[in-house]
Amino acid sequence: MKSRLLANTMRVLALQMVTRAKASHIGSALSIMDMVAVLYAEILSVDPGNPHWSDRDRFILSKGHACVAVYAALAAQGFFPLPELEYYGQDFSDLMNHISHKVPGVEFSTGSLGHGLPFAVGKALAAKRQGKRWRVCVVLSDGEMDEGSNWEALLFAAHHRLDNLLVLIDYNKLQSLTTVAQTLALEPLADKLRAFGGAVVEVDGHDHAALRAQCKTLPWQTGKPSVLLAHTVKGKGVSFMENQVIWHYRNPSEEQLTQALAELAAERESWGAACGALS
Amino acid sequence: MRRAFIEELVALAAENERIALMVGDLGYSVIEPFADRFPDRFVNAGVAEQNMMGVAAGMASEGYQVFVYSIANFPTFRCAEQIRNDVAYHQLPVTVVAVGAGLAYGNLGYSHHAVQDYGLMRLMPDLLLAAPGDPWQVRACMRYLVAHPQPAYLRIGKAGEPCVHRELPQVAPGRWLQVVARGGKRALLTTGATLALGQQWLAEPAFADYDLYSLPLWGMAHKACQAEQVAAFAQVITVEDHLADGGFASWMREALAEQPELLLRHRGRSLHGRVCGVVGSQSRLNEYGGLQADGREGIGE
Repeated sequence: MKSRLLANTMRVLALQMVTRAKASHIGSALSIMDMVAVLYAEILSVDPGNPHWSDRDRFILSKGHACVAVYAALAAQGFFPLPELEYYGQDFSDLMNHISHKVPGVEFSTGSLGHGLPFAVGKALAAKRQGKRWRVCVVLSDGEMDEGSNWEALLFAAHHRLDNLLVLIDYNKLQSLTTVAQTLALEPLADKLRAFGGAVVEVDGHDHAALRAQCKTLPWQTGKPSVLLAHTVKGKGVSFMENQVIWHYRNPSEEQLTQALAELAAERESWGAACGALS
Repeated sequence: MRRAFIEELVALAAENERIALMVGDLGYSVIEPFADRFPDRFVNAGVAEQNMMGVAAGMASEGYQVFVYSIANFPTFRCAEQIRNDVAYHQLPVTVVAVGAGLAYGNLGYSHHAVQDYGLMRLMPDLLLAAPGDPWQVRACMRYLVAHPQPAYLRIGKAGEPCVHRELPQVAPGRWLQVVARGGKRALLTTGATLALGQQWLAEPAFADYDLYSLPLWGMAHKACQAEQVAAFAQVITVEDHLADGGFASWMREALAEQPELLLRHRGRSLHGRVCGVVGSQSRLNEYGGLQADGREGIGE
């Protein structure tokens, strides 16, 4: 329940951020909320009071356009005060519309796709060679798997037996203009990832129990990078945004925000949980 | 220069356990002394330059100072965005090392001609360009970079370049290094391996009263101190084995743009675009591109 409360909070905060900033990519952010919430609530060893703690697990968001998910998680976990989220997307703000390493708790700035995994692999290699026990987690989009650099990085990670690396692929099957299948077909994606040397597990990317269970048993195979192929829904959690490519671009109106927040409030009420501070 | 590079890297790595070497499946008969002695700090990334540069950035973010070695355009243009976003923006201590500067690999074709690399690399605001003129300058630049870890581009020739210096020179970003003093009226200012060319030109009557200077460390952040150095001379001719567009002469003109009287004292000797797509020995292509003492077929005269 801890991670589900966090995910609900993150959705609320993210919707408020993109509405206020008239920003895009809310669909992409909603898609990864559950994964990111499980990681920050229950998996990652991090210290909000000391973001540079040397033995922390490293989290990298390669699909940097979904940054509001991570900004919300970091603020909710105490890396920086919640009111600072109001600066998201404002002039000269560190809370840029693609994830920024100037924000406490963010390891790496991305925005151009295909950069996060090679960087994460470099960190994982450094950890191995220095005998460190911390892990590296990196979240990629499915459309991002079009980038050759990711496949180069997978080859490299397998060759160097980087089993301290967890790659989470947000497989929502929608990319910028249309479906993944109609853009550049990835299937059979799991087989391809296995062929490239990954230990691959497929899960429902919104099933917290399944995500938690898998992430608590890393690595899945000694000597292999773990690749979580997470089947997700773009826009997950807001009925009128789910599976709609338009929410890669459109920012919600005030009316749409109200409706979305009502749906999220209803979700919380359905748990009977007290989350009054969230909205 | 390749030998000076690897000898110096091994010596520096023996004293500094942060130093790592990554190669893009290149460097046969060059990199072995490092790989054999420091296997835990050596990585052959394979033929995958985008990933190589990203991995180097990741390693650098965890305490390593990484030298990424490859040929000509492979570690620059092929992975330009990784250099821009991952290395330079995050201010990570990665030195991109390109062997085969200018037309050093003249017979290997356009793919191997590094004649646009200054133009690319000097676009990064806080990336230091290191273009040594001889093996001694290679060592001096490397020592500077290890003493001042930062994003950098080290552009070296290949093998057999003559030693112009007799000992280790002191180098500093933006500061001209005096090589030959002959009166202090006019200066030939080279960067990179054109130092040897400049030395040859001094024997020509046209350059009888020219001093020879070299500028091995430069970049966007080091323009401000150029005007005062140009002001000491009646004329300064810059020399580079790079196309005129975006190169060393262009950088100098940008540095002098607000002082027209100094701008008039500057001339640039750069490669003409006609060298693109032509093969030949380095010396023949340099001549063809206009890098000869009388400036025939050259530009900027």
